[in-house]
Amino acid sequence: MKQLFVFIRKEFFHVFRDRRTLLIMFGLPVVQILLFGFALTNEVKNAHIVISDNSGDVQTLQIINKIRASSYFTVEESVLNYKAIEKAFRRGEVKCALIFPAHFSEDLKHGGKTQVQIIADGSDPNTAKTIINYLTAIITDYQQQSSSSGLAYRIIPETRMLYNEEGNGSLNFIPGVMALILMIVCTALTSVSVVKEKELGTMEILLVSPFKPVLVLIAKAVPYLVLSFANFTLIVLLSVFVLDVEIKGSVILLFVESTLFIITCLSLGLLISNATSSQQTALLLSLMGMMLPTMIFTGFMFPLENMPWIFRMISNIVPAHWYFLIIKAVMLKGLGFEYIWKETLILIGMTIALLGIALKNFKIRL
Amino acid sequence: MAAVSLENITKTYDNGKVLAVDNVSFEVKEGELFGLIGPDGAGKTSIFRILTTVLLADKGQATVAGFEVVKDYRSIRSRVGYMPGKFSLYQDLTIKENLEFFATVFGTTIEENYELIKDIYDQIKPFNDRRAGKLSGGMKQKLALCCALIHKPEVLLLDEPTTGVDVVSRKEFWEMLKRLKKQGITILVSTPYMDEANLCERIALIQKGKIMSVDTPGNIINSFPTTLYAAKSADIYQLLNDLRANPEIESCYAFGEFLHVTLKDNQNGGADFLKNIAVSKGHSEILIKTITPGIEDSFIRLMNERPEEVRPGN
Repeated sequence: MKQLFVFIRKEFFHVFRDRRTLLIMFGLPVVQILLFGFALTNEVKNAHIVISDNSGDVQTLQIINKIRASSYFTVEESVLNYKAIEKAFRRGEVKCALIFPAHFSEDLKHGGKTQVQIIADGSDPNTAKTIINYLTAIITDYQQQSSSSGLAYRIIPETRMLYNEEGNGSLNFIPGVMALILMIVCTALTSVSVVKEKELGTMEILLVSPFKPVLVLIAKAVPYLVLSFANFTLIVLLSVFVLDVEIKGSVILLFVESTLFIITCLSLGLLISNATSSQQTALLLSLMGMMLPTMIFTGFMFPLENMPWIFRMISNIVPAHWYFLIIKAVMLKGLGFEYIWKETLILIGMTIALLGIALKNFKIRL
Repeated sequence: MAAVSLENITKTYDNGKVLAVDNVSFEVKEGELFGLIGPDGAGKTSIFRILTTVLLADKGQATVAGFEVVKDYRSIRSRVGYMPGKFSLYQDLTIKENLEFFATVFGTTIEENYELIKDIYDQIKPFNDRRAGKLSGGMKQKLALCCALIHKPEVLLLDEPTTGVDVVSRKEFWEMLKRLKKQGITILVSTPYMDEANLCERIALIQKGKIMSVDTPGNIINSFPTTLYAAKSADIYQLLNDLRANPEIESCYAFGEFLHVTLKDNQNGGADFLKNIAVSKGHSEILIKTITPGIEDSFIRLMNERPEEVRPGN
């Protein structure tokens, strides 16, 4: 037992004395969270919008012409009812709907104010927000022009974001980034730390000692488990306090599930380290082999529903995919364990399988 | 009982394409300081790895401290002290941390076997808090030796411990080995330096995976079958060519500032015979003398006796 403790302490020395590793470990999450949260906004061009003009008078036509004149929108005019509009949203055909009420012009003349409704697809919050801002700006502009000609009236845009009322863009990617970061940090750093011993020749000495090979793997995994846990806490804190993401479900459940996923990643890292003999190969394998599938098949960047069936099948064997589902359910939807037990079970199964293979394949000779 | 024994050990790499160790057999007696002498690529490291159980031989049997290397690998691993050819301690840990770590891994403490490493450890103790990666070559070797000794091994296996170490440190290192031998530890050490062979009790000369001779350094030198001459002149390169061109000359190779020469017919007056050749070819400042052969001369001679692998002595 004392041997294991000293071994683990040694691993911590390695980590804390290697500034670059530390920087990757804690710098990467911060940069990624902030990048995804603030910097990456998509500019909107030629967004498809539908305009439902229930009034059809001079004023509404003037506003519609103004919208058409801008390069941001491709306007499909129709007098759709609300249900038809929602269907169009579901199919993803339109990003936004602009609805003029009946008697738009009359309300303006008599009451001095009226409303327009803007509905945007909130599942893509960044685009939705941008479109709403553009439309509101165009309407406000029209209003000011009219006011200067002597008539004082107000058009109030009523906006609504479907599916994501608050329009918080962070919601969508936080679980994805969590999965991605844990995958990279745990898998890559663990695999490198074992392979490093092989490359530097220290593994040779460790093998020629009474120390059990299995304990080497455990001792290697423990520090990264602790550090990844700290890392996860950092991501959660950043999400809550910097990006205003509310954790709707149980925080304890969130941490338990994340610990499970961390162990999955560690097992994967150990497996990679057994199969490779140089740090470069290990790093390449864990970065290219893990990062890309995680980004593509987790579903936080590209919707899985739109992929061919073969890719959807592949996504089932990506651990991050299941973790993403769990985190989305717990963190964003506030669901309890009864809704995610299936995903949890799959993750546990994967972990046991990976860990088993890693232990079995550990080479007791060079 | 032999502390280390090898019997017909053969090891190949790349699916049998590269023959690293070729049917090697020898024994190291208990308490002996045994040297494995051979150039780079002779198969020394492969032999060490087979003995430390981290590499499996293709054929043959070997025991260390009475245990079989394949079956009882666990027993061997806790009984030997191993120092690989490459410096293999943790570069980012300090001297003290490295030593403590290896002591704990072997289930002991620094204090418990302090007597054994005291002589060596005292020399590097002032740098206790310096990281191993920042030590000089000699200090690294001392630290590695301390780590290999910390659990009081029965057999010490040192793979090229003095390669890349300065002359003074090398000398010190051999002194340390002699003191360890006095404590009853069997030591198997490999080196590419022929001059270190004399410091061992017995040596095995190895070349291209084959053992050429196993004996005491003295016996190996005494068994040199012919008289060895050293020759030199103002133009040593021309002298080398001239001597090699003579059919009576058996071998001639450069050795330091001299040429070492043997004759096919080992008659008396060989020195005069050589002098005559040199004079007839117009050399000046000629110096010819009879010398006692060294291990290296024996090595080169043994190497050349195996015609299929002959490399002309340079």
